Amino acid sequence: MTSLPTEPATRRLGLVIDLDICVGCHACAVNCKEWNAGGHMAPLTDFDAFGEKPSGVWFNRIHTFEAGEGADGRTVHFPKSCLHCETPDCVTVCPTGASFKRAADGIVLVNEDFCIGCKLCSWACPYGAREFDEDVGVMKKCTLCVDRIYNETLDTVERVPACVSTCPVGARHFGDLGDPTSSVSQLVAEREGYDLMPEMGYRPTNKYLPPRPRKVGSGGTNGAPCHTGPVAEQADLSAHPFLRWVDRLLTR
Amino acid sequence: MYPAYSVIFFTSASGAGYALLALMNMLALIGLLPAERWFGITGFLAGLTAITAGLLSSTYHLGRPERAWRAFSQWRSSWLSREGVLAVATYLPAGITALGWVFWEQIWWLPAVFLVALATTTICATAMIYASLKTIRRWNNGWTLPNYLGMGFASGGLWLCLLGSLFALSSPLPALLAIAFVAIAAGIKFGYWRFVDTDIGRSTAGSATGLGRFGAVRLFAAPHTEENYLLKEMGFKVARKHVATLRRITWLCAFAIPLVAVILALLLPTLSLWLLIVAVLTNALGTVTERWLFFAEARHVVTLYYGAEAA
Amino acid sequence: MTKPRFLAEKVDAPAPRAGEQPIDYSVPADDDVKTTTCYMCACRCGIKVHLKNGQIRYIEGNRDHPVNKGVLCAKGSAGIMTQYSPARLTKPLKRVGERGAGEFVEIEWEEALSIATDRLAKIRATDPKKLAFFTGRDQSQALTGWWASKFGTPNFAAHGGFCSVNMAAAGLYSLGGAFWEFGEPDWERTKYFLMFGVAEDHDSNPIKIGLGQLKGRPADNQAKFVSVNPIRTGYSAIADEWLGIKPGTDGLLVLSLIHELLQNDKIDLDFLVRYTNAPWLVINAPDTEEHGLIYRNQEGDPLCLDRDSGTFVDALQPDIRPHLVGPVSLPDGRPARTVLDLLVTRYLDEAYAPDRVAPQIGIPAETIRRIAAELADVAFEQTIEIKTPWTDWAGRRHDSFIGRPVSMHAMRGVSAHSNGFQTCRAIHVLQMLLGSVDCPGGWRYKPPFPKVPGSGPTPSPMVGPNQPLAGMPLGFPQGPKDLLIDSLGRPLRIDKAYSWEAPLALHGLMHMVIHNAWKGDPYPIDTLFLYMANMAWNSSMNTAGTMDMLKDRDPATGEYRIPYVIYSDAYYSETVAFADLVLPDTTYLERWDCISLLDRPISHADAAGDAIRQPIMKPDRDVRAFQDVLLDLGARLKLPGMVTEDGTALYPGGLRDYILKHERKPGIGMLSGFRGDGTEEGRGKPNPDQIDRYIANGCFHEMEIPENARFNRFGNLDYLKWATARGLIDNPDPMVLQLYSEPMRRFQLAAEGFGDRQPTNEHDSARIRSFADPLPIWYPPLGEAETEDGYPLHALTQRPMHMYHSWGTHNVWLRQLQARNPLFVHRATAAELSLLDGDWVWIESAHGKVKAEVKLMDGVHPGTVWTWNAIGKRKGAWNLVPEAPEAKSGFLLNHVISELLPPREDGYRYTNSDPVTGQAAWFDLKIKLRKCTVEESGATEPSFALQPRRGGAFDRTVRYGANIKKGAAE
Ligand SMILES: Nc1nc2c(c(=O)[nH]1)N[C@H]1C(S)=C(S)[C@@H](COP(=O)(O)OP(=O)(O)OC[C@H]3O[C@@H](n4cnc5c(=O)[nH]c(N)nc54)[C@H](O)[C@@H]3O)O[C@H]1N2
Ligand SMILES: Nc1nc2c(c(=O)[nH]1)N[C@H]1C(S)=C(S)[C@@H](COP(=O)(O)OP(=O)(O)OC[C@H]3O[C@@H](n4cnc5c(=O)[nH]c(N)nc54)[C@H](O)[C@@H]3O)O[C@H]1N2
Ligand code: SF4
Ligand code: SF4
Ligand code: SF4
Ligand code: SF4
Ligand code: SF4
Ligand SMILES: [Mo]
Repeated sequence: MTSLPTEPATRRLGLVIDLDICVGCHACAVNCKEWNAGGHMAPLTDFDAFGEKPSGVWFNRIHTFEAGEGADGRTVHFPKSCLHCETPDCVTVCPTGASFKRAADGIVLVNEDFCIGCKLCSWACPYGAREFDEDVGVMKKCTLCVDRIYNETLDTVERVPACVSTCPVGARHFGDLGDPTSSVSQLVAEREGYDLMPEMGYRPTNKYLPPRPRKVGSGGTNGAPCHTGPVAEQADLSAHPFLRWVDRLLTR
Repeated sequence: MYPAYSVIFFTSASGAGYALLALMNMLALIGLLPAERWFGITGFLAGLTAITAGLLSSTYHLGRPERAWRAFSQWRSSWLSREGVLAVATYLPAGITALGWVFWEQIWWLPAVFLVALATTTICATAMIYASLKTIRRWNNGWTLPNYLGMGFASGGLWLCLLGSLFALSSPLPALLAIAFVAIAAGIKFGYWRFVDTDIGRSTAGSATGLGRFGAVRLFAAPHTEENYLLKEMGFKVARKHVATLRRITWLCAFAIPLVAVILALLLPTLSLWLLIVAVLTNALGTVTERWLFFAEARHVVTLYYGAEAA
Repeated sequence: MTKPRFLAEKVDAPAPRAGEQPIDYSVPADDDVKTTTCYMCACRCGIKVHLKNGQIRYIEGNRDHPVNKGVLCAKGSAGIMTQYSPARLTKPLKRVGERGAGEFVEIEWEEALSIATDRLAKIRATDPKKLAFFTGRDQSQALTGWWASKFGTPNFAAHGGFCSVNMAAAGLYSLGGAFWEFGEPDWERTKYFLMFGVAEDHDSNPIKIGLGQLKGRPADNQAKFVSVNPIRTGYSAIADEWLGIKPGTDGLLVLSLIHELLQNDKIDLDFLVRYTNAPWLVINAPDTEEHGLIYRNQEGDPLCLDRDSGTFVDALQPDIRPHLVGPVSLPDGRPARTVLDLLVTRYLDEAYAPDRVAPQIGIPAETIRRIAAELADVAFEQTIEIKTPWTDWAGRRHDSFIGRPVSMHAMRGVSAHSNGFQTCRAIHVLQMLLGSVDCPGGWRYKPPFPKVPGSGPTPSPMVGPNQPLAGMPLGFPQGPKDLLIDSLGRPLRIDKAYSWEAPLALHGLMHMVIHNAWKGDPYPIDTLFLYMANMAWNSSMNTAGTMDMLKDRDPATGEYRIPYVIYSDAYYSETVAFADLVLPDTTYLERWDCISLLDRPISHADAAGDAIRQPIMKPDRDVRAFQDVLLDLGARLKLPGMVTEDGTALYPGGLRDYILKHERKPGIGMLSGFRGDGTEEGRGKPNPDQIDRYIANGCFHEMEIPENARFNRFGNLDYLKWATARGLIDNPDPMVLQLYSEPMRRFQLAAEGFGDRQPTNEHDSARIRSFADPLPIWYPPLGEAETEDGYPLHALTQRPMHMYHSWGTHNVWLRQLQARNPLFVHRATAAELSLLDGDWVWIESAHGKVKAEVKLMDGVHPGTVWTWNAIGKRKGAWNLVPEAPEAKSGFLLNHVISELLPPREDGYRYTNSDPVTGQAAWFDLKIKLRKCTVEESGATEPSFALQPRRGGAFDRTVRYGANIKKGAAE
């Protein structure tokens, strides 16, 4: 099944991540770990747990970058999980058919029962979204929480990826990016969401919303003048402020 | 990329093995090599052992080797699968050709043609596993395929040469072929090195994060403070000075010494066996070093998320 | 009204395609689900714990819960791994080796409790203050403080003194409410949010939810978020504007903003007159005992000059038109000036002009002026109105609430400096001048606040052997008369709280307890009883010294200088090694807890709320919930209120019983919901079904505030009545916000030589005279000023969002996120010192040195270096292998922070704390960097003897969830 689906996907489910508001708290990463540790790809094994070199299987990781210099510099927190690419080589390189892209919703999955643990798919993923579980000997990855989004034992509102529902600032959104009228597609259009490493040609489904331009002025709603010079220039300095208040009649 | 020993051994040994089989049979097909029984036994044994050992070692690298058979299923899309299929498929013509050669001392041309073709394509398929990875610019380029073919045929040629000397073949052809292949392989390797030394990659931390719009992008904090799978597997780095030493070892052992040894062997027939043993062994060492470097020097774009500026 | 946090579409499961792996989507997440309250930190989020075969499958945020509305942070999500941590203590321990060596024998609970009871009974029968009972990150101060008072020791406090008492004190004495987690910006409506010195904070999830909401507003309702912080990470990274201020100078920035606003007539005089003490008269009679006090009538009510009648009238009356500026002559002939007059005079001074302060604070004058203009623009030109009629305290009806949508929040970047109290006061004054306190779009109180500023019971001294205190150990001094000092002016408390050294130490000085007890200054103690505070490590300054003090013996007697240490922890922390008796606590998922309105409730601006924790699972170890143990000890000691008349335990069922039955005042208990017959809120008889009702309600309860009572609550009659009815406040009298803090002036007067209680030495007097100013001032942080030479860099810590102090380290998942901490240095500063990424440096202060690995960055004030807090660990602690990166590369900045200031002439050393509140001044640290040699590089120092590992067995490889999945497959 490692050939990509031939017919155009009816849906392209994925995430939209808002770099303008992500505070880098790692909540989505740990909640993902927590849900998935007992989920479809369980366990997410941890190695050398209390030792010198702790490591483990994670589907979602948070990086932080600094970009630009001086006053124009920014710190940007940057979460990254599988982008459920449209034409990903991680699927096509797989020799066993374990790695596959679902025709119906575009989710890229690994069938653990087929995987021989050759790691090639992880080499083919530019985004570092594949995680090898040495203990089980198979490749694991973000499932877009297939066992949540379609899980009929969960309340409807809970049928979203764990990382989305837990993000405290609401920097993560989930939906059908193949449908230009969907709320996520509109958000992407409005905020000029972009692809990571478009030059790879994998056509990621997940989109990133760039940090917004810095607000100048008071950033209020009424488009009121954002004072550029000192207030003093606009105020009436004819009277010392102290004296200006002498005659105010104010009632308690 | 982490240079896994099983993969290094596999690609070097199987490359030599397939090339040896291909060369033996090519020469035999055009009548330049007689189908002598003991030569055949030794030649096929050497080739098939190298291939088999290589293939077996490659399964060491697998998390679930008991399922390795599944790897034959995806030849339509996967170079790894194609390589598996081709590698195994080669055994069939190899077996048949070997039968004819050893028992009847005849070259059955149909299976031999298949053998030459399959063995050569298998090397190509191995190369393509790497050459097709867009994530690794140092593999994903026009040099990788020739590099694998060149290195394989250089080793195969030297082996053939050694066999020739062992069985006192009078023809200088294997030696000339070996000289040619080693020289070509060296040329390709130097070309490859020049390429990787000048190429800066297609991606940058800016394109990986999309934050290039703000200026230079620097990693402030990795997701985890200790090494994760990605870094162990894809973040492997060798120090520049080690690269230089290892490259020197590669060109000396894989190319220079064998070349000199083969030429000397031509000139000093009495010493030729010993010289050719030296040539084969140093070439093996050189090839393994080359392969180690091929992995170790490769830079994966995922490192852009871990502090690399370009890859 | 509020925008949903995320977009998500409902999608139907697709039919399986040929050849694709068939997936069983609908595996149930649990066979049982229980609600409770998270305690991976003190934020008090509501959680749902999904259980499968008695094992935790998943912990998620409770969507109905007011604090977190369904979200869960990294720590909360890692709760599973804390529950199954091998660092959990398993049995009571008695020390057998030397203190600190970590050698123990396991004992039975009965033995542990009788050891403790015997010891404590003796103390109580002789000198109860010889018990010092200090608690850390707990949420049980309503119980522990009450227990201490019944025991009769004044030596009780919780972590507030080293945490953020500056914020609490400044807020409570100014606004009758505080930043901390006791108030919040009106996230939905604010248009300008100014945040000072916050990396994470107690309101961890609410701040994140709020910031997400604020930044995600539609184009026609945008808000601006400005973060003042030397470091640009976390919240500051997403700020619309980052002001990388020089540490310790926020006070100057704020006073400069005030200067600008006054210059330009951009203050809300109406608000000031109506709700603050701006028109109150301050007696101006230098060198008299009333100089600087408020002019009051016989009843003690403040007076002001009514312009209509020209008479001096009760300032608390409605409908008067008070005189505001210009000199006043009091009827007795003394001159006076209004508070506003004093304030304006002070801050109009050129000393506060942007051009003057800019070089000191590292922010351009132009920016200061612009921020002032923006504040004014939003406050006065972009007002918002909520059309809800309400009634003010005087009975006047108003059609709507007017909002000045500028909000502020500040935390430890302000509080952890020794000028933090005054800086925080300055921020509150700025809020008042803008008229933006508890208004729509402004900063708002969370109930039970507001309270009358500065009001409350005063702290109680010890009465005597076998006697409870008359009140509570902690309280609100109004002046020198309320200090806890003896006739010679010496402190009565071990931590010297409420003495001249820290008159407004509302939360005690926990960080000084070990030092003072060791030194026997002001007196030796017998037993140090600690709960949930890692005092031998990250909550102490001078960590190495602290460990030595705990180990130190009196050479004369051979006895430990601190004779006995009892400690309750749930995990194998560094402090466990220093205890003589260890009382192992349960995890948060194994016990009852009460998050009470008497303590640190779960209220938000629109509702008062409280919550409980219920046991989700039974402990698999021989541990007991500390609060149960405390009540048990109380009963064994026969403490009043804990036993019946015949001496049997009043709360044999432990904390659960206490929650249900205990009444603080008639009708007021630990929980406010479902009282009496189950329908009463706030006040009502104890209800035996109350806990069940809480559980049925998701383990919390909210009392929603009616819409007409949600703003201007200090003067909103609808609110004042509502809150009084529910026991949040005692009576519906209006509360006047305090620009000018008269209690401060009373201390100053004593220091100037007036009254019957005066500082007994000139040093104390001088400090009080300069720092206890009734109007906000700025002065350079004390520790800093004294170490200026040779230590050019400021050194700070920040909390990582994914770690809670020292206690995330034993969590398999959290320690993978962070197991070491570098020292972050600005690229330019590093270049000057020839430092590269990965180099090791000595961080040297006047007190000591510690080694760390360097990481370069740009987003930091160049004169500041910093690191993540509390990542470094002692070898072997927390049951980690000795080679763990936490112990090898992780380091504590605490090693170079002194708990004392340099000696004054007579050799005495003040605490390294705010001189008003006693708040630990963690961030006054100045250091220099020295590059390590190659041999010195690679591992941190100081490094301490291995703490022998202890705790449960564990596997190197953790396969959590494997059996859950297998269970599902079967
Ligand atoms: N350099 C520097 N130092 C600082 C600060 C700083 O900013 N910089 N911040 C200071 C501040 S504000 C604070 S509040 C302190 C915090 O410092 P501490 O109060 O020491 O906080 P923790 O490290 O969380 O330690 C609390 C202890 O409680 C234990 N514990 C956890 N859960 C339970 C439980 O359920 N029951 C029991 N009985 N014990 C439990 C933990 O194992 C741990 O040993 O640190 C202070 N120290
Ligand atoms: N995840 C997590 N959450 C926690 C805790 C935890 O350990 N982990 N601890 C809890 C506790 S006990 C507390 S007290 C709160 C504290 O929460 P915070 O107040 O956020 O405390 P810190 O992390 O110390 O952050 C102090 C901030 O002030 C900045 N700063 C330092 N000096 C100055 C200054 O002079 N001016 C300004 N403007 N900024 C300055 C620092 O750069 C830093 O960003 O967090 C609570 N929440
Ligand atoms: S992100 Fe990586 S793993 Fe995911 S679909 Fe794309 S290439 Fe494959
Ligand atoms: S590791 Fe597994 S999923 Fe990945 S390519 Fe190999 S067989 Fe396919
Ligand atoms: S979609 Fe699910 S599996 Fe993927 S990162 Fe989010 S939580 Fe993890
Ligand atoms: S939970 Fe949200 S804010 Fe936190 S790191 Fe993930 S995306 Fe960013
Ligand atoms: S902020 Fe996180 S750790 Fe703290 S109570 Fe909330 S969910 Fe738990
Ligand atoms: Mo704190």
